[in-house]
Amino acid sequence: MTIATDVLERHGLTPEEYQRIVDALMREPTQTELGIFSVMWSEHCSYKSSRVHLKTLPTTGPRVLQGPGENAGAVDIGDGLAAVFKIESHNHPSFIEPYQGAATGVGGIIRDIFTMGARPIALLNSLRFGPLEDPLVRRTFAGVVAGIAGYGNSIGIPTVGGEVAFDDSYTGNPLVNVFCLGIAAHEDIIKGVASGAGNPVYYVGAKTGRDGIHGATMASAEFDEKSAEKRPAVQVGDPFMEKLLLEACLEVMKTDALVGIQDMGAAGLTCSTCEMGSRGGAGVDIDVSLVPQRETGMTPYEIMLSESQERMLMVVKRGREAEVEEIFEKWDLHAVRVGEVTTDGRLRVRNHGEVVAEIPNRSLTDDAPLYRRPMSEPAYIQAAQQLSLASLGKPAAPAAVLMRLLASPTIASKRWVYRQYDHMVRTNTLVMPGMGAAVVRVKGTRRALAMSVDCNGRFVYLDPYAGAQLAVAEASRNVACAGATPIGATNCLNFGNPEKPEIMWQFARAVEGMGAACSALDIPITGGNVSLYNETDGRAVLPTPVLGVVGLVDDAEAVVRRAFQAEGDVVVMLGETRDELGGSEYLKVMHGLIRGVPPALDLKREAALQRVLVEGAARGAIRSAQDCSEGGLAVTLAECCVGTGLGAGVDVQSVASAAGFDDVSTLFAESASRVVVSVAPAREAELLSLAARAQVPARRIGVVTGDRVRIAIDGRTVIDEPLADVERTWATAIERCFEPANAIA
Amino acid sequence: MKFAVVVFPGSNSDHDAHYAAQQVLGQEAEYIWHKDTSLKGADVVILPGGFAHGDYLRTGAIARFSPIMAAVKTFADAGGPVLGICNGFQVLLEAGLLPGAMLRNKSVKFVCEHVIVKVEQTDTPFTLACRPGQTLRIPIAHGEGNYYADPDVVARLEKNGQIVFRYTNAAGVPTDDSNPNGSVANIAGLCNEQRNVVGLMPHPERACELALGSADGLIVFESALKAMTQGAVAAAR
Repeated sequence: MTIATDVLERHGLTPEEYQRIVDALMREPTQTELGIFSVMWSEHCSYKSSRVHLKTLPTTGPRVLQGPGENAGAVDIGDGLAAVFKIESHNHPSFIEPYQGAATGVGGIIRDIFTMGARPIALLNSLRFGPLEDPLVRRTFAGVVAGIAGYGNSIGIPTVGGEVAFDDSYTGNPLVNVFCLGIAAHEDIIKGVASGAGNPVYYVGAKTGRDGIHGATMASAEFDEKSAEKRPAVQVGDPFMEKLLLEACLEVMKTDALVGIQDMGAAGLTCSTCEMGSRGGAGVDIDVSLVPQRETGMTPYEIMLSESQERMLMVVKRGREAEVEEIFEKWDLHAVRVGEVTTDGRLRVRNHGEVVAEIPNRSLTDDAPLYRRPMSEPAYIQAAQQLSLASLGKPAAPAAVLMRLLASPTIASKRWVYRQYDHMVRTNTLVMPGMGAAVVRVKGTRRALAMSVDCNGRFVYLDPYAGAQLAVAEASRNVACAGATPIGATNCLNFGNPEKPEIMWQFARAVEGMGAACSALDIPITGGNVSLYNETDGRAVLPTPVLGVVGLVDDAEAVVRRAFQAEGDVVVMLGETRDELGGSEYLKVMHGLIRGVPPALDLKREAALQRVLVEGAARGAIRSAQDCSEGGLAVTLAECCVGTGLGAGVDVQSVASAAGFDDVSTLFAESASRVVVSVAPAREAELLSLAARAQVPARRIGVVTGDRVRIAIDGRTVIDEPLADVERTWATAIERCFEPANAIA
Repeated sequence: MKFAVVVFPGSNSDHDAHYAAQQVLGQEAEYIWHKDTSLKGADVVILPGGFAHGDYLRTGAIARFSPIMAAVKTFADAGGPVLGICNGFQVLLEAGLLPGAMLRNKSVKFVCEHVIVKVEQTDTPFTLACRPGQTLRIPIAHGEGNYYADPDVVARLEKNGQIVFRYTNAAGVPTDDSNPNGSVANIAGLCNEQRNVVGLMPHPERACELALGSADGLIVFESALKAMTQGAVAAAR
């Protein structure tokens, strides 16, 4: 081997991987080839550590039109239409440059959706930051939110929901996961394939610059104090250019002149050419000197590795070129022919005709390295699962705890965030952000789609298998609360460095749990994204496998909201509270602890509960529904009261816990498979019998009434607060973190 | 009756305006590409929301050079009803069809939420069906909706009754708290002296169905229909 170690290190390749390159080429690679291999074999593009585990996930079902492996997944929603959706991470760039990192994340996921021939109609995001007391965290948080807003608002796709959570582990490594959903007619779905020898290959969109070179490699390494130096590897977004591309591509797709199309995301031109060729079993021959460039003197290496945004690669049917070019001209875009499809299965890159790289496509894609990395159970787990409530002292008064929890940024209203997002453009938004699952109607049909992205990283940290199952249960329960049947999911798996056996163990266990839960609940995972190396200075984030679930409502008029709807309605609790404070927001907020075992989950009971919710909604028996999760029953009741200004009075049964903790467990335990619903008095019996038939525990706990939040335990009032105070505390908590007095730290 | 919805490359509320006119109001509606030079016989012209040409320079600054704007100006000069919504309002300001300019929101952030506006003038083609002083709950969604004009211009607007919509509280009183962007005199929308050109920052097309949270905005489109019907009757006489 003749290559210098530092060259390999710079390319993130091991000596073994280099040898593999030499074997695949049967010679030493050129510099351009080395660059191409380095990005395609990066963790980000190759999934080399995760693929063996991901293969175990359930990905098929009667509704699945497109599973993993394409730009996005697709499921049938009836009326000849498909929901096309995917979630993706932009964690590393967002830490280095929050605004552009987040903005280009949004741009990337939107391209993945319209590349499939779907018109994007909704964006959601799942965000994680450190504590807001930290001024640097506030800066990152504000920058990420502004970046998401800047891109999504401009392009005119509403950001309709999502989640934001805060924990110390994310301080130096925020998570920015963005989800996009689009609608396409079945027959309009188009794929990222190159086929038909002699068909021209076109480049369209922004010019190629030196930005983002090695972005994929950056995203495949940990952070340290030198990370800021990587800022040039973050790209800059241009939402107007993307808007032009979106409209022009959708118009071109209507002509059937395209063979295939793919966006240039991570690893840019490299990834799009070899993946399209590989999928079509074809070769691609391009000349980089034809690629529009915005800087002079760029080398083939730089052009192939650039991650400049808003660029697409298309294979056009021979003879239809003029038609395609004309549509792009209408939008003031210039589609440029850069090469053609060949039969030899190779990616051939030329510079002014001279070949500078020639690689079998498969060696870059399907034949990329695959690792079964060593795993071992982390030492912390056994200790962290031990929880002694007795050692915590006497608990604070329930009302004070409720107010503290409502002011916790993870639980508090995210109005400060979503007010900056245009969440109403396209006039489909039936449920506004911050009120449970996001719901958009599908114009031209009677249907609506509900979407929720969820994960509680604390549960996954304490037990990756159980925690991932709870994420699946919560996300699907959230859409079921809106009256939607979960029909598909996409996952974004955020973990630390997979080369550490403990991290790999977390990952493998979480994927196992997620797969088992999705199978039990009949929710196929149609694609997603893995983000590893989420570590700064050797400390990993809480393992955070986010699940985005899409649910279908047959009748948009039957969509159920979270807030109580009418005075006098009966409040019913579905499911049971148990003595389960492990991993709760209560322990974190009141005692700074992430301890114990996560709540138990019975997937059969969860499935039964979700069926009751969907059927109850379809019959019009359920007037409002809210899932019980972070903060437990007390927080859930408060959430049901805000929005419509209707208070409630309930009386619940006590849960037995450690000495002195009965009330705490009753009010703040985060037991799974629970939902607070309200029903008109005349429909109470119907709902209770529906639940009884499904063997779902259901109990009338009170009524919607007055302007106070009143909770009693076995007849003894423990919380009785004016709703106005409750609402103010919850609604303004995040804004208060930005007030000048707090901003100077 | 036929609505023309002008489509700039970065328009993003064009579909919504078209949907409101065609699907909700039940009238004819046609998209007009900004490079076109004819309004194709439309009775009412809508300049929709969005980011006409990316608006990296100044909102609406480039849109006024689009070929279609000459036709819009001719149409407006002849008394044709023109409605500019959000970015469309910004374009009308840049094109000189309405006075004043937009600054960034006082909060320096994009704001999307329902607000309350009071209808102060009911003699424009887009408020004809309103009661004087009627309040409407309609969403806003903008980063640059902080309307500004010199004090003497504002005085003239007040005197001529050109301030059509004002941000108010639920009781219809313009207060600082109810002003979402810092607009001078709580101005949410205005008309030209001839009263046929109206611009407003809130999005009535997003509030045409109760399922979306409010149907208060529909009256803006119904007004246009009423204006055309009355106009047709008057012309027949």
